[in-house]
Amino acid sequence: MAENYDVVIIGAGSVGVPIAYYLAQEKMKVLVIDRHPSPGQGQNKSAIGGVRATHSDPAKILLCEESIHIFSAWQEETGDAVGWKQGGYCFPVYREEEERTLQEILPFQKKYGLHTGWVRPEEIREIVPGINIEGLRGGIYSPEDGQVSPVLFMNSLYEAAKREGCSFRFSETVTGIRVEHDRISKVSTDKASYNTPVVVNAAGAYAKEVGTYTGLRVAVDPESHEAGISSPVEHFLSPMVVDMRPGTNGKTSNFYFTQVAEGPVIFCYTPAPPIKGTNRDSSSEFLPILADRLISLLPRCKNLLIRRTWRGLYPMTPDGYPICGKVNEIAGMYLAAGMCGQGFMIGPGLGKNMAALIVHGAPLIPGDVFDTIGYYRNFEGPDKEALT
Amino acid sequence: MARIEEHPILDIPKKRKVRFTFEGRPMEGLEGEMVSSALIANGEDTFGSHQKDGAPQGMYCSNGQCSQCLVIADGFPVKGCMTPVREGMDVRGCKGKPKLPEEAIVQRGNAVETIETECLIIGGGPAGLSAALELGKQGVETVLIDDKYRLGGKLTLQTHVFFGSTDACYAGSRGIDIAERLTTEVSTYDAIDIRLATSAVGVFPDGKVGIVTDGTYYFIKPEILLVASGAREKALAFPGCDLPGVYGAGAFQTLVNRDLVKASERLFVCGGGNVGLITAYHALQAGIQVTGLAEALSVCGGYKVHADKIISAGIPVYTSHTILTAYGKERVEGLSIAEVDASFTPVKGTEKRFSVDTILIAVGLTPIDELYRQARTYGFEVFAAGDAEEISEASAAMFSGRIAGKNIVRRLTGAKLFAEMAPAEKLPEEAGEKELMEALRSKPGAINDVEQTVLPGKVYPVIRCKQEIPCDPCAAICPKGAITLDGDPLLGIPRFTGKECSNCGRCVLICPGLAISLVDERFDPDQREALITLPFEYTGNMLQPGREVVTLASDGTTTGKGIIEGVRSGGKAKRLLVSVRVPFEERLTAAGIRMQDPESAGMQFAVEDNDETIICRCERITKGEIVAMIRKGCRDLNQIKAALRTGMGACGGKTCEELILRLFAAEGVDPKSVTPFVKRPPLTEVPLKLFAGVE
Repeated sequence: MAENYDVVIIGAGSVGVPIAYYLAQEKMKVLVIDRHPSPGQGQNKSAIGGVRATHSDPAKILLCEESIHIFSAWQEETGDAVGWKQGGYCFPVYREEEERTLQEILPFQKKYGLHTGWVRPEEIREIVPGINIEGLRGGIYSPEDGQVSPVLFMNSLYEAAKREGCSFRFSETVTGIRVEHDRISKVSTDKASYNTPVVVNAAGAYAKEVGTYTGLRVAVDPESHEAGISSPVEHFLSPMVVDMRPGTNGKTSNFYFTQVAEGPVIFCYTPAPPIKGTNRDSSSEFLPILADRLISLLPRCKNLLIRRTWRGLYPMTPDGYPICGKVNEIAGMYLAAGMCGQGFMIGPGLGKNMAALIVHGAPLIPGDVFDTIGYYRNFEGPDKEALT
Repeated sequence: MARIEEHPILDIPKKRKVRFTFEGRPMEGLEGEMVSSALIANGEDTFGSHQKDGAPQGMYCSNGQCSQCLVIADGFPVKGCMTPVREGMDVRGCKGKPKLPEEAIVQRGNAVETIETECLIIGGGPAGLSAALELGKQGVETVLIDDKYRLGGKLTLQTHVFFGSTDACYAGSRGIDIAERLTTEVSTYDAIDIRLATSAVGVFPDGKVGIVTDGTYYFIKPEILLVASGAREKALAFPGCDLPGVYGAGAFQTLVNRDLVKASERLFVCGGGNVGLITAYHALQAGIQVTGLAEALSVCGGYKVHADKIISAGIPVYTSHTILTAYGKERVEGLSIAEVDASFTPVKGTEKRFSVDTILIAVGLTPIDELYRQARTYGFEVFAAGDAEEISEASAAMFSGRIAGKNIVRRLTGAKLFAEMAPAEKLPEEAGEKELMEALRSKPGAINDVEQTVLPGKVYPVIRCKQEIPCDPCAAICPKGAITLDGDPLLGIPRFTGKECSNCGRCVLICPGLAISLVDERFDPDQREALITLPFEYTGNMLQPGREVVTLASDGTTTGKGIIEGVRSGGKAKRLLVSVRVPFEERLTAAGIRMQDPESAGMQFAVEDNDETIICRCERITKGEIVAMIRKGCRDLNQIKAALRTGMGACGGKTCEELILRLFAAEGVDPKSVTPFVKRPPLTEVPLKLFAGVE
């Protein structure tokens, strides 16, 4: 006999687990299925944990504001330390191009109530002590953004979801979704089948594959980014620093790093051109390129001891925005996919909204804003994500 | 200053003194000595305190694998065991998180260089050196790297005489001398590019190996990679296991035999395999009191002759015993052990307590094979040899290195590998290599009581080697051909045929187990006394003729008293032949001279294993925290890592992975059903500036 659930979520990661948690709070009977042996073993553990509302579109601004609210209150609510650090985000600017991009989105962020503002070079030197000041034009700083440990938050959220009654099946891969009379009826895996009227595709890098089980074209194609972490040092750096310039070696675009609550410096860059596919091997070029960028921006970092590197997947969409919400043609089919590397910061806010959408038929943020990251938008439109 | 001033085997080299300070206090080290050894030689065992809970931190692996000996040297955090002390160095304990030095100057460095070569050998120990010899002979362009400052690997710590095959792997020679020979020979080949103090920190999918040497990072891209990186010591978890003064037997050998630091006054050894037994012997040779050795099994797993050697010198061996607790505040002050039942559970009321300053852990080795496994997944042409391939004796490592070297030559020339060849294709000397390899790697076999041949009124050897082990030097060296191995030519048990004995003493001098003595019945025709000749490898101060000594049997029981009659030098063997006059009836049983006075253990209440035992020493995660996750259903080490940080520390799970799997087993979970840690580069921590090529 197949077990019955109100909702089956495919993917126990940064997106699936918060949706499960908020659904369970609404008294839904929830099952989460993941191909990995434990929660967060897809991309959650690869995330460097930056959390910002400083985005260039309303949906992500509103969802991430909610996430920041959740992260910052989490320890008080659950008693679990998750390494939340409200050190802000700082985008130092050295070139006219980046200045123009950032100045253009500032009014928009102010409109949504963010305290993000332009800061002068002297202020940047206060915010990022020791930063290379040669050619520094200023930058933007958003004091309310922060950083949190993806793995600690995931573990705490997973335990909380279980306490709320969620069921989890690990090392189990979904092999099919049955649709009867245009309604979801069953999810099959390599081990069992589950009856359910609702399925959420939160399969991260595998969302496209899961989409095909109901004949949907979910335009998510993973790209990979490498990241690394140093051994801990005494506190010296508060914000997440984002350098938007292309690297001088021609192999990178954005580059970002911060010091996490326990003391290590964590860092990552965006490869240019993008590296498509699901390969997660560590490359020989990552640390040399990273070291050059980090040391030339913040020379003091040269004495960090590099402890570990890894490679994670960014489930990318054609326009750089997530694909979330309801699928009209199949009753009970929902998408929470294509986070483009921001699943961890969007996850909690999105989870709350998805739960509201599934249970009450409408998200918490305005419906028209939520639709801008919906399945039916024009992916080929002019609005590409500016702050990736 | 706790330095070894006199040693029966090792020469004490004259080294230039180096002045440095620790916490501002002036200290003296020796040129080329590692900071951790220099600190211990100056009586400093506690180097710093842990950032999480302030727990005292000191030397642990002495092999660059962990990070517990972290110190701040001239402002920079470094591993004490891998950093040579320099004149004027300002060494500070690492208390909590180190401060990142400020730096104002923006530097742009050089691109990372890539060197191409036919073969790269990682590890210049017995296996790597033996492989390099084969490659050197054939002129194969080879880079040989080793993370230490001299070649030889663990051979440089092995002051004892080797077992094994005289022909195939220098049995009958000391490890340190073999290291010297191999190093000298390898250095004669122009094709071998030797790079010391050089570590491989990662292999990459593009065929490159990341290399770190003093201040530089570069790549080596070999056609063929040989991983001969040896082994690391397994850990043991018990309350107090994280105190400074608890460390591996190999770490101890490094301190004592490489750096000639008298690291302890009184120690206790946990583990009766060959490593534990030999280390106890090395300690005694260095003038350190060995309070005892505990082995959980009912017999020691190492060679019986190794056990007999230390037992007959007066070291108590507690079989069917386990360590319960280490005591101490800032460092080890003592330990308690207890008897275990058939299921290895400590038996109440059998606790024994000893005061010691050091506890050595010798509970086995794990291959350092991360790079080998990773290289295989990336499609490298890669071989492994020595302990990195399979844990065994150094004699087997040399032989496996030789086979790997020959195989690499075959691969480069397009010939078949040994494993691919039909028996008929092999040359005669190659045909038996597999069998010899198996014999060298064989575990100690059955004990057979071979009857002792006595030649009344004459001289004859007494052979106390009664276990099948791969060893043949006694039979090979007897000039009269009077010693034979019954059965297998390598594994057989040696027997004196009774033919004749010329009293030359060569068998006594060469036996790696020190298991042969000579009996001279001519000494007293009335058979009240006999003269026995015993091998002796301690400092000779006590051996004045006429002095009374206590003789012990192989099982440690006192046979009686004897009088020293004379001492013969063993010359290059660095072993003395001591003639002792003993009562006639004790001539066959007296196996050794008691080297330390017996001690009785205190019987005291002992702390039982508890949830506070530290399992992950880098991040100080306790047994209780991990067991709680296992009981909640966790079956993925990466989930434990994510939730608790086990494996996120400097060592990357090298120390705690096995300990955690043992906790799973104790909870009734098959460790094979548990997902292992995902391993990620770099293998050890590397300063960021090296990747950027800046100063």
